[in-house]
Amino acid sequence: MENAFQLAVKVNGADVAKTVEPRTHLIDFLRNDLGLTGSHIGCEHGVCGACTVLVNGEIVRGCLTLACQTHGAEVETVEGLTESGLIADLQTAFHQRNALQCGYCTPGMLVCATALLTEKPHATREEIREYLSGNFCRCTGYEAIVDAIETTAKNRAAGKQLAATNNAEAA
Amino acid sequence: MNAPVPGLKPTTYIGQDVPRPNAKRLLAGRGQYVDDIRLPRELHAAFVRSPHAHAKIVHLNLDAARKAKGVFWCGSGVDVARAVSPWVGVLTHFKGLKSAPQYAVALERATWQGEAVAVVVAQTRAQAEDAAQLVEVDYDPLPAVTNMETALDPATPVIHADLGDNLAFTRGVDTGGVQDVFAGAHLVVEDTFRFGRHTGVCLEPRAITADFNPSEQQLTVYLGNQAPHMMRDIFAKHLDLPESHVRVISRDVGGSFGIKVHVYPDEMAIAGIAKLLGRPIRYLADRLESFSTDIHAREHLVKAKLATDKDGRILAFELDDLTGIGPYSVYPRTSAVEGNQVVNLTGGPYDFKHYLANLKVVFQNKTPTCQYRAVGHPIAVAVTEGLVDLAAQKLRLDPAEFRRRNLIADDNYPYTSASGLKFEALSHHACLDKLLKLMDYKGLRAEQQALRAKGIHRGIGLAALIEVTNPSALFYGVGGARISAQDGCTLRLEPTGWVTALTGVTEQGQGTEGMIAQVVASAVGIPVEHVRVITGDTDVTPYGGGTWASRAAGIGGEAALMAGHTLKANILALAAAILTRDAAGLDLRAAQIVDAATGEVLLPLAEAARIGQYRPDTLPRAFQPELTVSRQYGQRDWPFVFTNGIQASYVEVDTDTGFVKLLKHWMVEDCGTIINPLLVDEQLRGGIAQGIGGALFEECLYDDTGQLLNATMADYLVPMAAEMPDMVIGHVCTPTKSSELGAKGAGEAGTAGAPAAVMNAINDALSTLSARVTEQPFTPERILRALGKV
Repeated sequence: MENAFQLAVKVNGADVAKTVEPRTHLIDFLRNDLGLTGSHIGCEHGVCGACTVLVNGEIVRGCLTLACQTHGAEVETVEGLTESGLIADLQTAFHQRNALQCGYCTPGMLVCATALLTEKPHATREEIREYLSGNFCRCTGYEAIVDAIETTAKNRAAGKQLAATNNAEAA
Repeated sequence: MNAPVPGLKPTTYIGQDVPRPNAKRLLAGRGQYVDDIRLPRELHAAFVRSPHAHAKIVHLNLDAARKAKGVFWCGSGVDVARAVSPWVGVLTHFKGLKSAPQYAVALERATWQGEAVAVVVAQTRAQAEDAAQLVEVDYDPLPAVTNMETALDPATPVIHADLGDNLAFTRGVDTGGVQDVFAGAHLVVEDTFRFGRHTGVCLEPRAITADFNPSEQQLTVYLGNQAPHMMRDIFAKHLDLPESHVRVISRDVGGSFGIKVHVYPDEMAIAGIAKLLGRPIRYLADRLESFSTDIHAREHLVKAKLATDKDGRILAFELDDLTGIGPYSVYPRTSAVEGNQVVNLTGGPYDFKHYLANLKVVFQNKTPTCQYRAVGHPIAVAVTEGLVDLAAQKLRLDPAEFRRRNLIADDNYPYTSASGLKFEALSHHACLDKLLKLMDYKGLRAEQQALRAKGIHRGIGLAALIEVTNPSALFYGVGGARISAQDGCTLRLEPTGWVTALTGVTEQGQGTEGMIAQVVASAVGIPVEHVRVITGDTDVTPYGGGTWASRAAGIGGEAALMAGHTLKANILALAAAILTRDAAGLDLRAAQIVDAATGEVLLPLAEAARIGQYRPDTLPRAFQPELTVSRQYGQRDWPFVFTNGIQASYVEVDTDTGFVKLLKHWMVEDCGTIINPLLVDEQLRGGIAQGIGGALFEECLYDDTGQLLNATMADYLVPMAAEMPDMVIGHVCTPTKSSELGAKGAGEAGTAGAPAAVMNAINDALSTLSARVTEQPFTPERILRALGKV
């Protein structure tokens, strides 16, 4: 391997040490080297959002990021978010609302929505639509996706409200 | 004595919002799309593609590529042709349709920019792509035929000399007396409509892994595809293998929309190379390749006329349609279908007798076109509804009232249209009434008027439509295509009392697996969670057509229903033998054998299944339980079972920038029995979005030399979340009597009508400014030109 790069990165909470070519994209590294095929290849030029993953909590395009750029960073993919249970409510809302059809965009949508729900927990429908503007879905027409994210936001807000009330009562 | 247990009542999942069971793994990132599947010793392929729209291949030098790192094999068109025979995309029911032999990889001449001229196979995809750049090709560029309007001119070069000219297909319809009707009509309106080339932009690019086992002469192909059995037949034929030595597996498919139902030269080449090398070969199209080699569609130029009497009743339509299909008619469905559908469907919702239509289908040096979601419908509906609104405007009639006067009456069925289509039972008027109520049509008109006074230009557009669904063998089979017009369902009762369903129809996100599970669970009498559905594997599923032409629910669902009835009868016979009772007095409800009259629970299904599988020795000697059943269904009452619907779009046009803001969209649709409203509504919404894409954003742009100018997702625009409005969906339900289930298709009606609704809304907004647009997509530039501002 020419100019092999010794990559050390935390992926879904686990330390990974791999030798990669400097030109290897993050999405190819995740899919081919680590077998994390949940993040998908759609356009390979940063427009469709199918390869969206979290790097140090920020959403990035796996096709515009080189694997070696994540040296020392923490990467999270749909597999990690699923196994941690962090987005179980979001996934349930997608499932109940049929906010996916072919499912190819869905992991990227979920990762993007995860960041949205953290950054803007009270996002309006317009704000949700704007935030998803880098994630292409050919199947749904987006309405169900917006509905599912809005439902999750409302449920989380209601849950926090309930927790705050309970804490206040306990105090 | 125990208190009486309330008896179980029959339950049905038909009409219930049941979330799709298979969606859960997709949500967890555990889908199995073709590129997610890894095989031992697999190799990766990359294609070398012609940069010219039309060029002679003078010389091909593979030496440098062969020496490149990781390269295992390189081949030209001649090399690939040793494993893959060529094909010709014609069918006999399209009389006169002609095309030329097409090879998996071009032999001596490339006929569109993007046609493959060589293939490289290497250890990794990156190595294959690196080496592909080292292939040296000397081209002698030839004149490219790009403009379909001059394709038939004597001065234009003929793409395939053997065919004599560039005319692929022509068809006319003449009911007689049409010119006289136009001459005597109170009103004649006419216009010219242009439609840009689209492509499907499936988020999952075309993908294939082909594995050939020489010792068994067995080809296994993992393919993102809608019709695995059709592909098995084609691989077998063109790779010269017995059909039973080919297995096609289509697990999860990342969007299809008709794009993944055709034979692509790339996929044929990959399968052929796998056979040559005896190793698994993988190929995933990149996005540039998707844009230049996925089929295109919808490039039409239509001149049309409409005649009415003084009361605004439609007397006649006249249609002149020209479409360009690229250099080959696509195999095996042919590229004549889209234009043929435009001729068939124009005027479709309306009651009139006189029709004159002429269709010309011409060859060009552009990407081949073929069937894409709602084949021909968006063109026919836009032409029809554009003329209808123009006629209403000239007669100073409200567009809704004009439609009310002309839509085929709901009690006037069966009905044969002027173009010869046969309608079993449609509900145009019920749909119109429901739509107007749903959208508060009067209130919206008042709002539009009020805002006009403030210089805000809003428009309301209506579009009535019919949709071809549940096709019979008349669609393809009669023309010699080996595309199944029926589908089967096999049900296997497991010893646990659960049921495994294997179906010939396939899943690309529509919800096929969920729909089949609901039908089977309802028919057998078990919880829907007790049904496991298997699709997309030619080794195990019953032979069938797959999912296209909105046939999965209507055809596959009916086969599942019939199989469910049969399995239930067999289970009750088994239970009767166990219980020594008469089967006629038994029923199966919620996985319990019950007394049919009282609902009293007599025996759990799981216990009956256990005995049937493991202890048949306890049953009467003459009784043999039949716990696996298969049933098949092909729709034979009608050429197609049509659906109908109507859409409305509410837009605001910024007359300074030409931008169109979609405010809201409504649709009322009649697809007969609705098995799962949640799935049907989302099919309609997704279809509308795809139609809106064509109306406002999408077009494959070519220059005069046949260079595709916008082959990236940054340049070929598709609707994203921020552009889309919320969509209100309503239903009218007229089940088809051609099946017990009564379900018709719903996959394409959204796409069929949305462009017309948006066009009419824009023109309604512009009507007071004497501006009108009829060339899709309706870009800001085109709207500003119509307004005379640029």
